[in-house]
Amino acid sequence: MIKSAQSKVEYLVTYIVWGLSILLLLSMIFLIYKMVGPGFSTIRWDYFLSEPLNSGRSGGISSILISTLLIVGVCLFVAIPIGLGTAIWLTEFTTSQSFLGQNIRRSLDILAGVPSIVFGLFGNALFCRYLGLGFSIISGGLTLACMVLPILIRSIEVGIRSIPSEHRFSASALGLSTFSQLYHLILPLAVPGIVVGLVLGIGRAVAETAALVFTSGYVDRMPSSISDSGRSLSVHIYDLSMNVPGGESNAYKSVFVILILLFFLNTLTMFLADRLLARKVMNE
Amino acid sequence: MFNSNTLSPQRNDFFLLWTLRSLSLIGGALSLLILLFIVFESSSVIQEIGGLSFFTDASWYPKEGLFNLVPMLAASLLAAFGAALLAAPLGILVGVFCNFYAPQSLAWFYRRCIDLLAGIPSVVYGFWGLVFLVPWIGSLRPPGASLISGIIILTIMILPTMAMTADAIFRTTSKSQLKSASALGFSKWSIIYKIVFPAARKNLFAGFILQIGRALGETMAILMVCGNVVQLPKSFFDPVRTLTANMALEMAYATGQHRSALFVSGLLLLILVVGLVFIADFFEQDLRYD
Amino acid sequence: MKEKLTIQLIMALILFLPFNRVIASEQKLIITGSSTVAPLMLEIAKAFEKKNPGVRIDVQSGGSSRGLSDARSGLADIGMASRGLKPEESDLKNYVVALDGICIILNKNNPVVKLTDQQIIQIFKGEIKNWKQVGGLDAAITVVNKAEGRSTLELFEQYFKLKNSEIKASVVIGDNEQGIKTVSGNTNAIGYVSIGAAEYNVELGTPIKLLSMSGVLATTENIKLGLYPLSRPLNLVTKASPEGLQKKFIEFATSSEVNTLVQQQYFVPAKK
Repeated sequence: MIKSAQSKVEYLVTYIVWGLSILLLLSMIFLIYKMVGPGFSTIRWDYFLSEPLNSGRSGGISSILISTLLIVGVCLFVAIPIGLGTAIWLTEFTTSQSFLGQNIRRSLDILAGVPSIVFGLFGNALFCRYLGLGFSIISGGLTLACMVLPILIRSIEVGIRSIPSEHRFSASALGLSTFSQLYHLILPLAVPGIVVGLVLGIGRAVAETAALVFTSGYVDRMPSSISDSGRSLSVHIYDLSMNVPGGESNAYKSVFVILILLFFLNTLTMFLADRLLARKVMNE
Repeated sequence: MFNSNTLSPQRNDFFLLWTLRSLSLIGGALSLLILLFIVFESSSVIQEIGGLSFFTDASWYPKEGLFNLVPMLAASLLAAFGAALLAAPLGILVGVFCNFYAPQSLAWFYRRCIDLLAGIPSVVYGFWGLVFLVPWIGSLRPPGASLISGIIILTIMILPTMAMTADAIFRTTSKSQLKSASALGFSKWSIIYKIVFPAARKNLFAGFILQIGRALGETMAILMVCGNVVQLPKSFFDPVRTLTANMALEMAYATGQHRSALFVSGLLLLILVVGLVFIADFFEQDLRYD
Repeated sequence: MKEKLTIQLIMALILFLPFNRVIASEQKLIITGSSTVAPLMLEIAKAFEKKNPGVRIDVQSGGSSRGLSDARSGLADIGMASRGLKPEESDLKNYVVALDGICIILNKNNPVVKLTDQQIIQIFKGEIKNWKQVGGLDAAITVVNKAEGRSTLELFEQYFKLKNSEIKASVVIGDNEQGIKTVSGNTNAIGYVSIGAAEYNVELGTPIKLLSMSGVLATTENIKLGLYPLSRPLNLVTKASPEGLQKKFIEFATSSEVNTLVQQQYFVPAKK
């Protein structure tokens, strides 16, 4: 009797979870299609290879693509070590009562809620003016790194925290130094969290507009170095869709490009994370 | 490469500890710096007209010396909480589905779709909202640009992050626990409900709070669909302006007192987030003991 | 292997920074300001760079007020503003690059074809709330207004002698395109945007229509002829009398050489 009631619930829940999830998936595909479709049908190869003309109404986006990659590169180059270090410190070296740990965690949560335009103005004041980097890819990347940090750290933290403590006990019992524990045990096991953090961070970085207008700037020519000003894809999309009459069709193409770029970056992240970190457990 | 076989690794560890600690301090110092920056930028108008005017003035007409921020504060809170409340169950649903129900290939596909949604710039969501969502809601109840459009757009925007967080949390729930539970004859749903959810609760809650923060800070999309009229909404179909939209709309053209007052809306938003973080801490503490 | 790569990257970073700044600082102009003018200036800058090899012009957008303050503080060599200078800004020098007008737009499916200035004022003040009262359908009017501080709003208010607090808006917008999308998606909306942008959208088939102002048709042609009452200058601004490269660029940007570029951005050339 009890058994059958339970299996009825089971049946019902399975049904609901499947139904809702598929519905949600379909609406997401619909949404992606709506945003990508118009660009997909008109885009040509040379769009990737030529520079923008006439404020982006014609021509391509090669220079903007390069700027975007450089900005995201600088951002990750700075954010990954800081993020990884902070997450490890927070989880492995502090207790939940630690004053410093608690406050750093709070401060990161606060950072997550700072509106991007404030980051933009802050980045403009700190990196562009105070540190004298001017409007440049490096200013933009550093500003983005500030924005991405909380997401990155939180996700890595969750990843590390979920490692069962038995593993740590046995590692300590074996006499492994803290460093070896981290390198050989914690990091490989935390890979899912790190990947989620990176994917989210990259997503946020690629999608950011307001913070970049004030830091990496608006110039759409090919950057000659990272101290050059460069326009990111999302700034380009914003300008084309909101500021340039007649830019709409190229805005859609750029949206398509941004999704391809993301797909590429995400796949690369997963591949690299697997290669560099996850394999070490097997080598042991 | 490293001396992982030594039994006395103190010096190595000491160096490591301090490296990690200083890295964390960078992150921690950042939000202090930003707070200082905003306080500095907004101080001139606060000194001139006092902090109270921002809550008691008749309305928001900065050029005419009126600086009431309360309607925007309310709008920000309503939109962010509304969106987070909608996105949280959906995100958890995705996490559950991908981890416990879907076959591997479908789960993979699902995750990739969500990754992509997470990286679409908010201006694109805003654009879509402006062209499709707002006219559709407008046909139900004009003008269409309204609080409800804002909530829907925000929900779509934070859903991917919520789903990915939930997914990561569920994925790392100890597989051995699950195996022993199912060996004992528990059904799938009761395992999820009785073992997975309680174990994940704390982390899910932290993710939820983070999403409210994110929703509060969202700018570009909300600016395009909310209508941006400064007023206390009487219904979900009334246009509203959030604190972030206020900054983005007017910052580029503001000077002097006006500009400074816009930073006060940023300051208010930050105070809101600080409050939120402390509330979350309080609940987390509570959960720790049961 | 990994370590080596990291070290190389860091080296590259350190090397690149100072090296590049030395080269760049010689023949470089920084122009910041109005997002309306920025796309146009970017194109003018490219044309200028092509004519003068070795010169680099960085155009940064961010709003008229920023252009003015950057020009004053010396952060930018030249500022961009999408409005005329106010009396308190008379310390700056301005150069008109192009003209732009503002027109009232309605949805194409709205049967109303003409509004008097008085009616427009009453609609924006909320005294006329239904299209029926001005000869349209029985439907509530959606008033689309611009955000405080935008130069289009200031011009609109000046012309109709309105104060922002008197305008009862149903939707407040930022950029032109947002206004056009809002009106084209809502049959009962009324708004005002830049004429060039509106004309271009009509050409593309966006369902909007331009109303004439005080009997003058809202066209870029009428702005050129000086007939249209609601127009604004797009300005370049400098702190002191321009010198050297600065002067050369301003001369180029205000000459008739840039007329095609100006027209490509749907503005009206200042020089005939």
